Amino acid sequence: MRLYEFEAKQVIAKFGVPLPKRTMARTAEEAEAAATSIGGSVVLKSQVLSGGRMKAGGVLFAETPAEAKAAATTILALTINGLEPTGVLVEERRKVVQEYYAAVTWDGRAKSPLIIFSDMGGIDIEEVAEQHPEHLSRTHFSNLRPFSDYIAKVAVSSVGVTGNELGALTRIVSALARAFLQYDMTLAEINPIARLEDGTIIALDSHMDMEEEARGSQRALLTELAISDDETRQARPPTPFEIAGGQVDASDPRGVAGRVVEFDGNLGLIIGAGGGSLTLFDAVRAAGGRAANYCEIGGNPSVGKAAALTKLVLSKPGVEKIAVMMSVVSNTRADMMARGVVLGCIEAGKDPAETIAIFRVPGSWEEEAVKILQKYHVEYVDRTVSLFEAARRAVAKLGGS
Amino acid sequence: MSILVDENTTFIIQGITGREAVTMTRELLDYGSKVIGGVTPGRKGRDVHGVPVEDTVRAFTARERVDGAVVVVPPAFATDAIFEAIEAGIKLIVVVTERIPRRQVAQVVEYAKQEGVRIIGPNCLGVISPGRARMGGVGGALESTNRAFKPGSIGVMSRSGGMTVEISNALSVAGLGISTAVSIGGDAIIGSSYAELMPLFEADPQTKGIAIYSEPGGRMEAELADYMTAVNSRLPVVAFMAGRFMDEMPGMRFGHAGTIVEGRADTTAEKIARMNAAGISVADRIEDMPVILAERIAKGS
Repeated sequence: MRLYEFEAKQVIAKFGVPLPKRTMARTAEEAEAAATSIGGSVVLKSQVLSGGRMKAGGVLFAETPAEAKAAATTILALTINGLEPTGVLVEERRKVVQEYYAAVTWDGRAKSPLIIFSDMGGIDIEEVAEQHPEHLSRTHFSNLRPFSDYIAKVAVSSVGVTGNELGALTRIVSALARAFLQYDMTLAEINPIARLEDGTIIALDSHMDMEEEARGSQRALLTELAISDDETRQARPPTPFEIAGGQVDASDPRGVAGRVVEFDGNLGLIIGAGGGSLTLFDAVRAAGGRAANYCEIGGNPSVGKAAALTKLVLSKPGVEKIAVMMSVVSNTRADMMARGVVLGCIEAGKDPAETIAIFRVPGSWEEEAVKILQKYHVEYVDRTVSLFEAARRAVAKLGGS
Repeated sequence: MSILVDENTTFIIQGITGREAVTMTRELLDYGSKVIGGVTPGRKGRDVHGVPVEDTVRAFTARERVDGAVVVVPPAFATDAIFEAIEAGIKLIVVVTERIPRRQVAQVVEYAKQEGVRIIGPNCLGVISPGRARMGGVGGALESTNRAFKPGSIGVMSRSGGMTVEISNALSVAGLGISTAVSIGGDAIIGSSYAELMPLFEADPQTKGIAIYSEPGGRMEAELADYMTAVNSRLPVVAFMAGRFMDEMPGMRFGHAGTIVEGRADTTAEKIARMNAAGISVADRIEDMPVILAERIAKGS
């Protein structure tokens, strides 16, 4: 779950990281007032959950409050990578002498947290890693012992930083690592960290991602940041169809109808479970089909949940048929899935035989499922028919349409 | 032979009185696994399908040999349960629990490494060596397990629990069968990766080839590719890569917690190229896996 820059800065400020004077503005008038109170030259930054803000025109400078108001008006109207800004961060503009980069993240291969530090901040860090490896350090540390400042010192010192800068940068990197650990972040980044003309070192921009799984245990922080439970913070905002999918899942604790994502095809998908959904979505594309949606149904859903998801998918404009397909799912009752999707079709005013292109749910109670599907003349295949073949048959039925 | 488990492996189930754990216990006993007990704090003295329940792991390890533990406690209590099992001297821990934050997972994994303990999972369905033993829910009820898992020559490793069964089923249908199948877990940090389990399969004479299920996200495929390049493996490896559509949608989350395209190296295209370069065959469809494996085993590569 990605935090906005102003939220990430709120987090690192709690750990003593020095930051420029700043105010979050939601309107152009608020931005004007912020510029007045900060005084002098300011930078206005779009608060949007996307990278590439500078290139997109989401970062502007202003010398006067009137200019700040105009810049804020522009930024607030600017969509970046399909995302609307939640506001504009107004900050004092400082003259920078040198830039550094610091990030803390997980290394899944080493299975430990990792500090990445560079004295070439402000630019693409992957580029620094490839072209100037001597300017970048990678420092793994124990996640079992309490974090100790020397680890940050080693990270900073490894690229050759010494003198007064070493102490100041160590304090910032150490604070970043502590914030990362305490708040279950998957990425905590400050880029750039800036050394100013007077020698002080401050954080100019920050990016943080919090682990989705930690939302429950980090409720106190989320409350402090005023982030509500229904904010998904995905790479793009959820569509009304996707929000309705979430409601179907939440309406009944039995089984999962998770991660409903909208696409623009004509074949509705009731597919599961985790890996099965990824495979089946690929299989539909490989067969030349156009999916109307992605979803992950599993964990033995109730008849009601399967029916509600079916109705939702059928309600989507352009959906001609649905395919009900799962990988071999020993813990899911095929008969309840069959009952659910047939019921969903009927309640949506559709003929199950015409609407359900294929049913492949190799779960328990398969014989019961077959009886139900035979009664409604729905094509059923068992586990001897592969996921790819099942998807191909479903797509073929849409061939003439 | 098999890896990790065999007919003599004794184990306990932590969180045994939960609804799903009760079902799993029944299935494991039906399969012939040596479930010697279970732990649920405050339920000492009860039994689950005849298996005794204790308050602590020590209650079992103090009186008999315990080779393994299956952890099915809720995410908030999972790492505590794993620490308890490690402290009690258990050397193989299968963590079924999902949605454990990775900071906690990394903690128990680091501790397990120090103590010489192997962790499988979290967010996995467990391990099965067909006809011998099973630890975890993989395969479900006896009849369904026997249909999907025929004894044979292929080692299976999968980041998806469900696809462990799907791929094993395809290998069983094709007549190759399974030596041991390991659902390694779908999280960003897991106890045992493909590359870490490969030496075990190398040492198992029953295993003639390896089938893996792979997804976008993480560096585990790169690690396997490095392993295959560095080691002159006798085992042909065939991978299936799901989620190819995700390459076009960076930052969007589908599937497991570990499945998200964040950087260039996370994409399926990059992973497929790396694996191909390391001599790993990448199948376009599940049903191609047994065909490619049979060919490569026959050719002796």
